[in-house]
Amino acid sequence: MSKLKKQEKISMLRTLLTIRKFEEKTIQLYQTAKIWGYLHPYLGQEAVAVGSCAAIEKDDYIVSTHRGHGHCIAKGGDLNKMMAELLGKSTGYCKGRGGSMHIADTELGILGANGIVGGGIPISVGAGFSCKFDKKGRVTICYFGDGASNNGVFHESLNMASIFKLPIIYICENNLYGISMCSKDSVACKNIGDRASAYAMPGYVIDGSDPEEVYKTVSGAVEHARKGNGPSLIEAQAYRFTGHHPNDPAEYREKQEVEYHKTEKDPVHNYSKKLADEKIIGSEELEAMEKEIQKMVDSSVEFAEKSPEPELDKFLEEVKNI
Amino acid sequence: MREIEYREALREAVIEEMDRDPKVFLVGEDIGVYGGAFRVYKGLLDKYGPDRVVNTPISEIAIIGAGIGAALTGYRPISEIMFIDFATLAMDQIVNQAAKIRYMTGDSLNVPLVIRTQGGAGRGVAAQHSQSLEAWFYHVPGLKVVMPATPYDAKGLLKTAVREDNPVMFIEQKMIYLNKGEVPEEEYLIPFGKADIKKEGSDVTIFAYSAMVFEALKAAEQLEKEGISCEVFDPRTLVPLDEEALIESVKKTSRLVVVSEACQRGSIASDISAKVTDAAFEWLDAPIKVVAGLNTPIPYNSTLEKASTPDKKDIIDAVKGLL
Repeated sequence: MSKLKKQEKISMLRTLLTIRKFEEKTIQLYQTAKIWGYLHPYLGQEAVAVGSCAAIEKDDYIVSTHRGHGHCIAKGGDLNKMMAELLGKSTGYCKGRGGSMHIADTELGILGANGIVGGGIPISVGAGFSCKFDKKGRVTICYFGDGASNNGVFHESLNMASIFKLPIIYICENNLYGISMCSKDSVACKNIGDRASAYAMPGYVIDGSDPEEVYKTVSGAVEHARKGNGPSLIEAQAYRFTGHHPNDPAEYREKQEVEYHKTEKDPVHNYSKKLADEKIIGSEELEAMEKEIQKMVDSSVEFAEKSPEPELDKFLEEVKNI
Repeated sequence: MREIEYREALREAVIEEMDRDPKVFLVGEDIGVYGGAFRVYKGLLDKYGPDRVVNTPISEIAIIGAGIGAALTGYRPISEIMFIDFATLAMDQIVNQAAKIRYMTGDSLNVPLVIRTQGGAGRGVAAQHSQSLEAWFYHVPGLKVVMPATPYDAKGLLKTAVREDNPVMFIEQKMIYLNKGEVPEEEYLIPFGKADIKKEGSDVTIFAYSAMVFEALKAAEQLEKEGISCEVFDPRTLVPLDEEALIESVKKTSRLVVVSEACQRGSIASDISAKVTDAAFEWLDAPIKVVAGLNTPIPYNSTLEKASTPDKKDIIDAVKGLL
């Protein structure tokens, strides 16, 4: 496992900021009804996607969730195509057919977000078989939440991944809530990471607001997997800054708890400060980076808004062959 | 021509496809040394090894998930669900994932996955091992549904299923694995959406698939002796369905009996009846008759079990009722 170089740290900060600004923009667009349906912002959890995707290569796979924009951006997803998809346009990743929860990119090994909680966990088993059969040292990262870890699919999949020693890194983003149900009330054991012992795989419980801690732990698990030693389970403790979706006032959470995470555990703020303290990035440089990212996000909206809607005639033709 | 068993025909298809394409592999319960609950994969572990014959724990969700994930990343897996009744455990993976991934990702991903399973009554294995659940899958856009009756069709259609880029429910019937039929030595494929007239006739069309084809043929044989000429129409694949050929047959005979082992409520048989009514009403000389299973969980007792699914006599009665 290599130590992070200066440039890699700056790159992680850039991705953190990109996710942050992209998500802030999607919430605005949701509130003005340009994005409709469901939207599950990744605000607050950015460090998990950033630290973990920094630990893998372009041809490795990821399997994502309903709260998946961050994973997609961290794996290199195209902001224009993402935004166009959120606006339901024909230039979007899914030609406007999928929306927020179904973005995929084969070129980047993004095997799809998922509208079903836990739905991606069994799919990661297949990607894991593929990595194992190919013998090219590839790995699969499978993201899911605390809620999904209580679902039966978790058990079947982790058990199977372990007995076949599949190169999969299971990353549970414990953001404390499955919609309104607190994981302290929904998970029978103390830590979700402890469940690894039932599957004879290494388990970790880490601070998911720190991209370097995520990077370090995931890098270790990736190395373990690439060597043929099988899967790992990492519980990354994080926090969802918004409710389940932008219209959820999240009354089930204590104000104090929300404030604590927003002030003390904001991954973007903390990492910006860390890199400034380490003199890796100066304040002017940071400001310029933020502006540049904001411009990129704004131009993705412009691209999406100018893009054509899917054609109805084409749709009616396509359905004949399904 | 040589005759082989239905299960041998399936095995030959699998062997030919695995030899042709190294990306084809098998995943399922008890498919290793055991060779599968119906011995379709007998000897394949020895031939291909554990990386291509993946013998899994009892984990239907993960068996389908393993198939989907591998299919998304360049493989052509055949996931086996031992009984179609157990597919209910994996419905999210089949219905929400496999069936929809291609469409909802804007064709950026596809799922070349075959799900082999078997259903049907007749073996005294009661309500949780005897269902005919094909309508569940027929109902879901994004899945192909294949139900071969003969060894010839089983082999040709399974080979096509493996080469198909979308998920296929390949549904066999537990009572016909040992049936023998003509299967050529040389390679052949059967396209999806191409029906087969199992017997030509002029008075009544009998639409039947899977094991019901044989009840239909027995009925047609007896009716022939009584001077009634039946055409036995086997769609072979329900999705896609060869509607054109069905309408042609109905135009010729002007009468239709639709047979289904599955119970009638919400069945494919009812849907076929609606389709033909819509497309060929003016050609019909009598109402379409559906002969289907009773709306009951399949009972254990053999007298009751026999009474719950259609047989030759039910079909004969239905045909006579139309004349």
